[in-house]
Amino acid sequence: MHSEYLELALVQTKPRKGPVAANRDALRALLLPLQAAPPDVILLPEAALTGYFLEGATLECALTREEIADELAGVWRSVSSAPVEFVCGFYEQASGVVYNSAIAVAITSDTLEILHVHRKLFLPTYGVFDEARFVKRGRRVRTYTGVRLPSAIAICEDAWHALVPTIAAMKGAQLLFVPSASPAREPRDGEFENLRQWEAILRGIAREHGMFVCYAGLTGFEGGKGMSGGSCVIDPSGDLVARASNFEAEVLRVRLDLADLAVARAALPLLGDLRNVWADLLRECDVTDA
Amino acid sequence: MYGLICCVSVMLPTLELDLDLTIRWLVAFLRDELQTRRGINHAVLGLSGGVDSAVAAALCVRALGRERVTAFALPYRTSSPASLRDAQAVADQVQIRLEIRDITAAVDGYLLSEPDADPRRRGNVMARVRMLVLFDQSAKLAALPIGTGNKTERLLGYYTWHADDAPPLNPLGDLFKTQIWAVATALGLPSQVISKPPSADLEADQTDEGDLGIRYQVADQILDLLLRGYRDPALLERGFAATDIALVRGRLDATHWKRHLPTTAMISATAINESYLRPVDW
Repeated sequence: MHSEYLELALVQTKPRKGPVAANRDALRALLLPLQAAPPDVILLPEAALTGYFLEGATLECALTREEIADELAGVWRSVSSAPVEFVCGFYEQASGVVYNSAIAVAITSDTLEILHVHRKLFLPTYGVFDEARFVKRGRRVRTYTGVRLPSAIAICEDAWHALVPTIAAMKGAQLLFVPSASPAREPRDGEFENLRQWEAILRGIAREHGMFVCYAGLTGFEGGKGMSGGSCVIDPSGDLVARASNFEAEVLRVRLDLADLAVARAALPLLGDLRNVWADLLRECDVTDA
Repeated sequence: MYGLICCVSVMLPTLELDLDLTIRWLVAFLRDELQTRRGINHAVLGLSGGVDSAVAAALCVRALGRERVTAFALPYRTSSPASLRDAQAVADQVQIRLEIRDITAAVDGYLLSEPDADPRRRGNVMARVRMLVLFDQSAKLAALPIGTGNKTERLLGYYTWHADDAPPLNPLGDLFKTQIWAVATALGLPSQVISKPPSADLEADQTDEGDLGIRYQVADQILDLLLRGYRDPALLERGFAATDIALVRGRLDATHWKRHLPTTAMISATAINESYLRPVDW
């Protein structure tokens, strides 16, 4: 029987710009403290092991899903023989096409199972961002069976659009992973505005759908643009459980009490209400003349 | 009977910053870019006696420690003695070495053959010689020169191209002048450095605001609105004078080229920064 808790480690990386292999040692160093009490799931940020702004080097740094799974397994097995599940953002190469993806992979000492690959749907191409120039977009929102809970992934801007987490929740996700790379902007009243907005969005998702939301933010400066970190976990009531720093590579350990899900959904049954009116809403989804 | 309430949104975006967070972030920037990425543990900068370089020096000290920051005063024979005194006051406060390199001989060595050079040309020569010194001293000290240009002067083109903007790292380039003053106050820098009229000190009695024809408090607000995409009617609605808007927009539009690398004729399908795109930290 499964325990009622999920042990989570949010690993806030600070990669050197370059291929994944160049960041193996740094990842291993971050994971080593987990040896004593290995978590169930390790969540890493978007582009966690290459850096985010790669421009024309995106193709050079892109790996197949099998290659990134092997990389993660190799590093983890050098740290621990305990089974673990990774969720990790990476640039994916598939049949000559590059995506901004995140992989969920289950690793044991002698097995490796790719559980899911989510390809980012919403590619920010405004302001400081230029993703659509270098990667193609994904097309699907899927859930997968994680170590404890039905889970889904939304990469960065995916989570800013209410539909993506809503569809994930409607498909049964109880845990949403959000790998992100968010450049810090507008420091005001003790916080960067982008992180203030992130927290509001993540808490809104968690509260509306009664789901755990786990956010991993990249850190480190990339050509003057400082990735803001701030990895955090929100419980199904929309409350902040824990949060990492803005500045440094670090690991945030969080124990999720899975009983929170039923309590939150009973207290605020919005997801159930949505399910009741879903068919009507779908009929209203034709916005071509709006 | 019902009353009618009209609300018109003509808010000014704030330029206020969380100063403590800003300072910690800029210190992290310097550490990351100097030590982590480049493996360089020493910073060199010119200390003019003005507020920009004072802020840069204080940030470098917080990032690297005072032993790893070397400041240079680079006076020309017409430079104000008060500038040197203020530079020394800053160096004393942040406890760094201030070395003096008089650039008169180097500047005059060239200008001897250009006796008719106007003040603008002379100022450009001085700025470039100053940068020559900082880069050479950086090579000598295994250091990196740190830029001190602020966002206002960058946007108004109020600097010498490939001189003030030459250092590979600049912690201040996204801060308007009025924000620099606020950061300087938070850093506790000498009050006379913060309160005195900003000046490039290339000529006697020169001030930035005299040269530009506008106060920084006004220019910064106009620039911020223009960069956010507001057009002239929206700025007029917010109380800015048409002449000020035209002045700022004119300088902004006329100086885009200064904020870019040299324009290069494209021949191939692999032109650098056109097709061959790599981030600066690749």
